[in-house]
Amino acid sequence: MEIDKKIIDKVEKIAKKKKADFPESYIHDIADAYVRRELTDSELETLIVRVRKAYERARVEAGEAVGTVAAQSVGEPGTQMTMRTFHYAGVAELNVTLGLPRLIEIVDARKKISTPTMAIYFEDDTKEDEEFVKKLANYIGKSTVNDILKDFYINYAEMKVEAVIDEEKIKDKRLDLSEIIANIEKPFKKVVTIDGSKLTFEPAKQSLRELRLIADKVRDLQISGIKNIGKVIIRKEDEWIIHTEGSNLGDILKIDGVDKARTTTNDIHEIETVLGIEAARNAIMNEALRTLEEQGLSVDVRHIMLVADMMTSEGVVKSIGRHGISGEKSSVLARAAFEETGKHLLNASIRGEVDKLTGIIENIIIGQPIPLGTGSVGVMMKPSKTKAKTKTK
Amino acid sequence: MSKAKIYINGELIGTCDDPIDFVGEMREKRRSGEVSEEMNITYYEETDEIYIFNDPGRARRPLIIVKDGAPLLEETHMEDISKGKIKWDDLIKLGVVEYLDAEEEENSYIAMGLNYLNEDHTHLEIDPSTMLGICAGIIPFSDHNSSPRNTMEAGMTKQALGLYVSNYALRTDTRAHLLHHPQTPLVKTRIIDATNYDERPSGQNFVVAVMSFEGYNMEDSLILNKSSLERGMSRSSFFRSYEAAERRYPGGQEDKFEIPEKGVRGYRSEEAYRHLDEDGIVNPESYVESGDVLIGKTSPPRFLEEIDEFGSVAERRRETSVTVRHGEKGVVDAVLLTETVEGSKLAKIRVRDTRQPEFGDKFASRHGQKGVVGLILSQEDVPFTENGVVPDLIVNPHAIPSRMSVGQVIEMVAGKAGCMEGHRIDGTPFNDDMEQITKDALIANGFESAGCESLYNGMNGERIEAEIFVGVAYYQKLHHMTTDKVYARSRGPVQVLTRQPTEGRAREGGLRFGEMERDCLIAHGAALALKERLLDESDKYEAIICGDCGMISVYDKIRDKKYCPICGDVDSYPVEISYAFKLLLDELKSLCIFPKLVLEDKA
Repeated sequence: MEIDKKIIDKVEKIAKKKKADFPESYIHDIADAYVRRELTDSELETLIVRVRKAYERARVEAGEAVGTVAAQSVGEPGTQMTMRTFHYAGVAELNVTLGLPRLIEIVDARKKISTPTMAIYFEDDTKEDEEFVKKLANYIGKSTVNDILKDFYINYAEMKVEAVIDEEKIKDKRLDLSEIIANIEKPFKKVVTIDGSKLTFEPAKQSLRELRLIADKVRDLQISGIKNIGKVIIRKEDEWIIHTEGSNLGDILKIDGVDKARTTTNDIHEIETVLGIEAARNAIMNEALRTLEEQGLSVDVRHIMLVADMMTSEGVVKSIGRHGISGEKSSVLARAAFEETGKHLLNASIRGEVDKLTGIIENIIIGQPIPLGTGSVGVMMKPSKTKAKTKTK
Repeated sequence: MSKAKIYINGELIGTCDDPIDFVGEMREKRRSGEVSEEMNITYYEETDEIYIFNDPGRARRPLIIVKDGAPLLEETHMEDISKGKIKWDDLIKLGVVEYLDAEEEENSYIAMGLNYLNEDHTHLEIDPSTMLGICAGIIPFSDHNSSPRNTMEAGMTKQALGLYVSNYALRTDTRAHLLHHPQTPLVKTRIIDATNYDERPSGQNFVVAVMSFEGYNMEDSLILNKSSLERGMSRSSFFRSYEAAERRYPGGQEDKFEIPEKGVRGYRSEEAYRHLDEDGIVNPESYVESGDVLIGKTSPPRFLEEIDEFGSVAERRRETSVTVRHGEKGVVDAVLLTETVEGSKLAKIRVRDTRQPEFGDKFASRHGQKGVVGLILSQEDVPFTENGVVPDLIVNPHAIPSRMSVGQVIEMVAGKAGCMEGHRIDGTPFNDDMEQITKDALIANGFESAGCESLYNGMNGERIEAEIFVGVAYYQKLHHMTTDKVYARSRGPVQVLTRQPTEGRAREGGLRFGEMERDCLIAHGAALALKERLLDESDKYEAIICGDCGMISVYDKIRDKKYCPICGDVDSYPVEISYAFKLLLDELKSLCIFPKLVLEDKA
């Protein structure tokens, strides 16, 4: 439902007057309630004041250990996950890493994830077009010469490899024979002779080894598909969706008819390079949340948001752990307490580092109250003024 | 067709043209006694390989051989066995019974019972329950239980107290438990007969009522009848043996059993030696507690040239007595004096402690139904039946449905029937007639076939509205007892190196406040509570820090002066740090890293 711009402005103005610093969605919701409930102006004002109070109460207080709470909130369900790990699900034919291994993969910000997959969606005018989707699937998916062979024979007597291409299969895959032949010709220029759909390969060196090698090479030659993408599965859920094994977001998004907004991959680094760090942050959130939800565990988004924020706050995706966040802490003691104690202490001594003792871990080590919660407050005094007053009295 | 490969104990020996005939022939030879009966032969069709095994370490089990749909074991054999004419080994020699290993089982088709037997079968199971081992075989009606419960019971029965050996009075096991009045189970199995469980039983038959009672048997806790306990139910003894020898040392010196003299280094209080006889060894039947000396012993000094304050070399012997373990008590049960292999004097002392069941002791039936004592109730207050029977034990009905240990319910009905009829009941699994027989027996004795009865509240005599299931079940006392585990500490010993509290009950240690517990205090923002746990209640240390160089200064106690080993007589400040941190600083210094503490005013 569209709300009148005027009303929104009005709510915004009152909110400002009442010193309520609401996010946009709150303004919308209040404006919506204002219209729907037919509130009077004074009622609107009390509503805003009440919402402000509730909003302020719900906010995290200063000095709250949000990181520890987030770690515990993700970590506790993680312990339940270990029992049902290595369980594959998702698209029936595709194997996708799930459960704890996947969660670790996300948090470690692995460059090479074990099972990259994509879900390709289509724009409104193409999403019902089965023919278009199938054609595209064959274009994206990897096919080799082996997939379109009618007959393949290694002729040891005459030292040549004979292959016959099946035109039916080509048609079924919506490929073009001449294109394929051209594709095959390029790498095998010197050894191939073409006679319609019949191909004969004669290795330059007349040896059995060479012959077998060329036979394998021919069969494994890729004739169509996009780099890094393997098997492709077409599924009709509410609309046509292509699931892929392997991922190449950049090239897929260039294809016409593909929905740029909804098409995604589970490779966070790829999202970062193609769509930027904000998209990577969202990807971390979505992937982590989905992995947890698949196991029937519910974790509040805000904990995962915090994790994603920490991982992306410096413009590149960093891992949690030795090579990322924990390894880059400013305090020597905190780093030494985590991993590679000797290395950190030695390097710190070489550089003459000073630990300002601002973090939690450092203060626990030396035995001081931690600067968090009740330890984060101090008392400030302005002795001169009070002295003067008491004297005049 | 290629020839089938023959392997003997995994080694390729040869080939054969007709594997099926060959395997058949070998089996015939084994049955006739031409080949050892320990030989097993298997033919794998898929790989066309024959495996022959005769090495030790294979699990094998006996089966009755079947020929043309009829077992070779006949009535005449059975008669001869009952007359004692032939024995088990003769059945094997006659080729009636043979042992198969796991491999050869793959080649056979085994009938579960006579009624399943057909032409195709090669073997007949002696009884389905032979698949069970000793532990699982003890469970009556295990075919009515869910498998996890049977597995749990098979594990728990090993922890049950009982008559573990019959020569216990002559032994000196370091630790031993002994149940006082073990009973043979009222409901037995044929495996119990076969393993002579009745000779060394490990439990007692309890009258059990299944009802909740004032919340004292929630979450698998049990309510015991105090009077039953006082009559000796589930009472056990715990034996602990201590030993010491008069060791000989190089140089002609040796240990000596004696009551140590006051001058001996490490002398305990006079009190500790009060039970010792002249020879330095306790008297039997004296009551001892932890810290009391059982064997008074002194050893020669470790270093010979020890010079006392007068400059003379005085020989001060060390006290190395054996004392009763921390947290234990008991009565000296036996004192044994012998010799070691080297010929020196050896003393072994067994201390006995009687354990009447108390809160927290662990009990289990034979169906994986374990629980701890939650209440010990006087007999007057325990509900009783119309006949005046007062149960020994009250368990919570919630323990049954979700765990599906139906075997326990059947055991209780059968146990009740057995009591009324005055004989033991056979609860061997896979015997489907028992249920009806026990039900009939109950009805014949005037009970309800389900085993339910009216109970009367012991406190006010009112009839309890619900019918309560009462039966007799065999219960085991498990060796997890409160006395061995209760522990608390407020202050106590610390480790020498770290000055942190020691670990473990035996060392009077603290309870570890671990990393995850620490995280919880951080998450709560309880900064000062955390500091208290990790510093004040652990290894607090007041270090004196030099104001100039930031290193730890030295306090000279004799001159009552603080000085820095580097800067000399400069200002220094006391700082509260953990001793572990001081150790870290020391270690860094030993690694040629110079850690400095920069001091500021406390915020």
